[in-house]
Parts: sequence; C-alpha cells; structure tokens
Amino acid sequence: MKIVVCIKHVPDTEARIRIGPDGASIDEAGIKMVISPYDEFAVEEALRVREAAGGEVVLVSAGREAAQASLRQGLAMGADRAVLVQDARLDFADALTRARALAEAVRPEAPDLVFCGKYGVGTDEGQTGPILAELLDLPHAGAVARLELREGTFTAYRGIEGAVEVLEGRLPALVTWDKTDHEPRYASLKGIMAAKKKPLAVRSPVGASPAHDRGESSARLTWERLELPPARQGGRILEGDPDEVVRELVRLLREEAKVI
Amino acid sequence: MPGGILVLAEVRAAQLKRPTLEAVSTARDLADELGCGVDVLALGPSASVCAATLGAHGADRLLACDADWLELYAPEAYAGALAEAARETAARVVLAAGSSLGRDVLPRAAAKLSAACLSDLLEIEASRDGVVRGRRSVYSGKAIAWVSARTTPVLATLRPNAFPVCERAGRRDPQVVPFACPLAPERVRVRAVRLERPPAQELDVAEAPIVVSGGRGLRGPENFALIRELADALGGAVGASRAVVDAGWVPHAHQVGQTGKVVSPALYVACGISGAIQHLAGMSSSKVIVAINKDREAPIFRVADYGVVGDLFEIVPKFAEEVRRLKASG
Ligand SMILES: Cc1cc2nc3c(=O)[nH]c(=O)nc-3n(C[C@H](O)[C@H](O)[C@H](O)COP(=O)(O)OP(=O)(O)OC[C@H]3O[C@@H](n4cnc5c(N)ncnc54)[C@H](O)[C@@H]3O)c2cc1C
Ligand SMILES: Nc1ncnc2c1ncn2[C@@H]1O[C@H](COP(=O)(O)O)[C@@H](O)[C@H]1O
Repeated sequence: MKIVVCIKHVPDTEARIRIGPDGASIDEAGIKMVISPYDEFAVEEALRVREAAGGEVVLVSAGREAAQASLRQGLAMGADRAVLVQDARLDFADALTRARALAEAVRPEAPDLVFCGKYGVGTDEGQTGPILAELLDLPHAGAVARLELREGTFTAYRGIEGAVEVLEGRLPALVTWDKTDHEPRYASLKGIMAAKKKPLAVRSPVGASPAHDRGESSARLTWERLELPPARQGGRILEGDPDEVVRELVRLLREEAKVI
Repeated sequence: MPGGILVLAEVRAAQLKRPTLEAVSTARDLADELGCGVDVLALGPSASVCAATLGAHGADRLLACDADWLELYAPEAYAGALAEAARETAARVVLAAGSSLGRDVLPRAAAKLSAACLSDLLEIEASRDGVVRGRRSVYSGKAIAWVSARTTPVLATLRPNAFPVCERAGRRDPQVVPFACPLAPERVRVRAVRLERPPAQELDVAEAPIVVSGGRGLRGPENFALIRELADALGGAVGASRAVVDAGWVPHAHQVGQTGKVVSPALYVACGISGAIQHLAGMSSSKVIVAINKDREAPIFRVADYGVVGDLFEIVPKFAEEVRRLKASG
C-alpha cells in the first residue's frame, strides 16, 4: 500500500495572532510553525496502515522552504520520504492553486491512498482535499474518523450532524482526516536521527505556479483584509449568593440578551 | 433570466435542514439586490417534496434530481450534479449550508468549474460587477478575514446559525424542473451506504441554537447528567471540551473547538471549562456566551458576556430549575 500524506506547515495553534503591516496577513515574527493538527492524524493513520499492510508513506507539502522542517518532523514520526513543491507564494495561494501544486507531486507517485487533513490551520477552509481528489480523478471521503481497508475497497466512517455516515468505495482514493482515536505519535530520538538521512526532494511548481494563476484574471480569491475578532469585552461578572446569581442570570438572558 | 443564484438543498428523510433554509433566505436577499432569480437543486427521492417550503423562503425554481440512489450522499455524483446545474443555470453565485455535506461537495464542484469557493462564511455580499465578498473566521477563530472572489460562478458555504431564516408572505410555489444527474450510479466510485445514529436522537451541537458544554470541572462522567439536564431545560444540545472527550466521558461528536466542531449558537453556556485557545476557536463566534467557573481568573471569562463565578455543582442545577420554572409560567 503506497500512501501519500499532504501536510501543511502552519502556525502553532497556541500562537497569538497579530495582524501584519499589510493588513491582510499575519505578522509571523516569533511564531512557531508546526504540522497542521489534522495532518498529524493523517500521518499517524498512514503509519498504521503501513504497519498493518506494508508499503510506503510519502509526505508532500507545498509552500515555502521552511516547510522542510514540518516534513522532517513527519519523517521523524516514521514516514519514508518527502517531497516539497517549493514556492513561498503557494502559502498565500487559493486552495485550487495549492491543490494543483500538490497534484503535480502526487500524480507521479500513483498512490493507492492520498491522505489530507479535514482542514488546515490558517485558512481553515477544508477545500484542498476534495479539490485534489477531483484533480487526480479519485473518489474521496471527507472528515473521516475511521477507515477500514480491504483488497481494492474501503469503508470510511465520518461524523455528520447527529449521525455517523458510512461510505464504501474503491481504491485508489483520497481521504481527509478528522480527529481519530489514535493520538499522533511523538517522534523518538531515534526517529529524529533517522529522519535526517531520509530523502526529501524539492521541486518547483510547473503548471500550477501562483504567478500563472494571477495571470490575466488576477487571483481567484483575495484576502482583502484581516482583523482581530471584536474583543469580546468580558461582560458582566455575577458573584455571590447562588440563588440570587442564578435569578439575575436568567433575568439578563431573557430581558437583556433575549435568548431564552 | 441568466445569472441567478443557485442553492444546494439538503433534504434528509423528506425534511429540509434548517441551514438550507438559511441559505435559501440569504440567496433571496442577494437575488433581490442583484435583480436575479433563485434556483434550488435538490437530490434524492424526496427532492420535490419540499417545494412549497423552499418557495416560501425565496426559491423561484426547483431543480429536482430525484433518483432513488441519491438518497444517501455520493460525493462525485453530488459535486457533478451541482457543477452541471451551475453551468446550466449560468449561476453567478452558488450557495450551500456549511454542513458536513456542503463543505464536502462545494470544493469538489468548484474544482470542476475552476471557480473560487469561500468556506464557512459569517457574512456575504455580492455586487453587480460580479464580486462576491465574505467575512470568515481564520487561524482557528483568532482572526477574521474579508475575502473576495470574482470567478463565474463564486461558490460559498454559510456557517449554520450565522444567517437568519426568513419566510416571505405571498410567494408562489417554485416551478419544479426535473434534473438528471450527469453521473450514472455504476460510474460512482464511492457512496454512503448507511447512517448510524446514536441511540437517542440528539440535537447536534453544530446546528443547535443553544449549546450547553461541560469540561473537566465536572470531575467525572456521571456528572455530565447535570449538563444534559440544563441543555434539556433550555432546549439545547450538549457540548464538551476536548479534555473530557479524551477522557472518554462523552463521544467526540460533542467536542467543541479546534479539533471538534465550530459552533455559532445564539446562546453558549460553558460549565467548568477553562477557555483554552483551542476551545475558544470553536465557540467564540456564539452570539451570547455564559461561563460558569469557580476560578475568577479563568480565560473563559474574557469572552463571556455573562460570567458566573461559582461552583457549577451548585449553579447548574439551580439554573436548570429556574429555566424550567420560567418556561412553565410562560
Ligand atoms: C492541537 C490541539 C487541539 C485541541 N483542540 C481542542 C478542542 O477542539 N476543544 C477543546 O475544548 N480543547 C482542545 N484542545 C485542548 C485545550 O488546550 C484544553 O486542554 C482543553 O480545552 C481543556 O479542557 P477543560 O477546559 O475542560 O479543562 P481544564 O482546562 O482543566 O479546565 C477545567 C475548568 O473547570 C473549572 N472548575 C473546576 N471545578 C469547578 C467547579 N466545581 N465549578 C466550576 N468550575 C470548576 C476550573 O476552574 C477550570 O477552569 C486542543 C489542544 C491542542 C494542543
Ligand atoms: N500547502 C499545502 N501543502 C500540503 N498540504 C496542504 C497544503 N494546503 C492544504 N493541504 C492539505 O489539505 C488539507 C486542507 O487544507 P485547507 O484546504 O487549506 O483547509 C490540509 O489539512 C492538508 O492535508
């Protein structure tokens, strides 16, 4: 079983976000970058498939040179090799452009499975997986929490509103991962040492260059402006006798906030 | 009239989902501004059942793709049908609820159309010169981006509960037009075969207008009953922090936050939840937030509209009782 896992290099979820001088992107100074959380689940699941069925796990990322650090991190977890489609402009490109760049690296691998995260921190869009599936002409199952593989077919379980949707399909296929029951493993010291020697290929985007996409019709999608969420001025604090506090709370919710 | 707004409807068991009505209502507002029509695409055997309701909320035409095999979700077929409908109606904007289905179908349809897709919008505007602009939460809710696109069409999903449902008086039923799925069932390589429902038909946190969540402050799974009781009294759904989901007290379907569900209910009540950044990512766009926590310094109080400093074991049952008393007295 050959599995390609797409991992995105993103700001740590603990990072405090400040708006950059252009007003449309974040100020990255001092921000730690990591593998996007759902992509870590995807790597963990890929390693488990390889452990059970044999095969190879190949990591692919698209973006700036620094994304090599996240690829090394994934190699340290246990993946076999990695490919970076390197172009810093891809970090700010729309999902279709990023998916095209990823497709260029994934296609020649002819994998049995392609794994992505349900969505990537930052854009928080969750578009790249389904788009990549369309570009690669693969069936896909999105936001999957559990996957069963058989000879040439799969069953995927995804949580939807009020139920679990069970999908059946044929391989090869693309799966985007939700959180699963398997906490992503830590890289061991041995893993980290081994990762330094594993192959990490760097290539340039060809047809999917962001410049090309910005060509005659300009970008497909523009981030015009970035704002911090309206600081929710910590509201009213109620304290004291529990009976009185509750009565006052319910009165406020009914008369002031009008939500009950 | 070319260049209208197309909405993908979600019909389950002959019922329209509320977020679909939010999308149709929003489409009607945009269409009135732009001076165009609203088409709705519905898939599955009950595709035309809800025509009257769709009409009352703003649909002019219903494209009914009523093949039996589309009762359950088939990603390639749904995306293919939506892209085809967008082409046929020359849609300028394609909307769907930002549900599990909408967020899965629209990107794939967008790829077929080489079009832009705006995910999970909190607000949307469309101008006559073809620009669609939206406001959305990014960086796990830590920033808000204004994004715009001018492809034809522009696709967008709308965050459930962020847009109002608006029924209009005096509207005629929409014209029902049969619509053929461009993909034959035997060409589909993946499809849903069944839905597994939790034992009790519970309200889902992502759709509920009121969510009551419990965290580690509850001390043990048995105390989650307090949260259920308050949720029942308020008519809301039960949510949870990751700490208690990881501890196995409640299933992951209830988790709110970065690695759980993102919710925007009218009322969010956090009980014994500290307010870690990853939890806030999932609920800070709620309209009204109540926090109940014994630690006055807990970060959750910084986002709460009403903060109750106290012991949840005392406050939560009294809160439920007071709500029940109020509802009983009308
Ligand atoms: C990549 C990543 C993703 C994550 N995703 C999520 C996510 O999706 N959702 C999520 O919730 N978390 C997520 N987390 C975890 C998050 O960082 C916190 O660990 C978690 O939210 C804490 O849960 P809690 O508030 O229930 O517990 P705690 O932080 O332990 O807080 C318990 C609170 O209860 C209060 N309390 C205790 N006893 C009482 C009492 N008797 N009465 C009233 N109050 C009381 C305490 O004062 C405290 O504030 C994620 C973390 C990471 C690293
Ligand atoms: N630049 C990228 N490099 C590698 N993988 C990516 C990239 N962008 C998106 N992905 C993959 O697509 C998923 C969804 O990302 P997004 O559509 O940005 O929310 C991520 O979890 C990754 O698996």
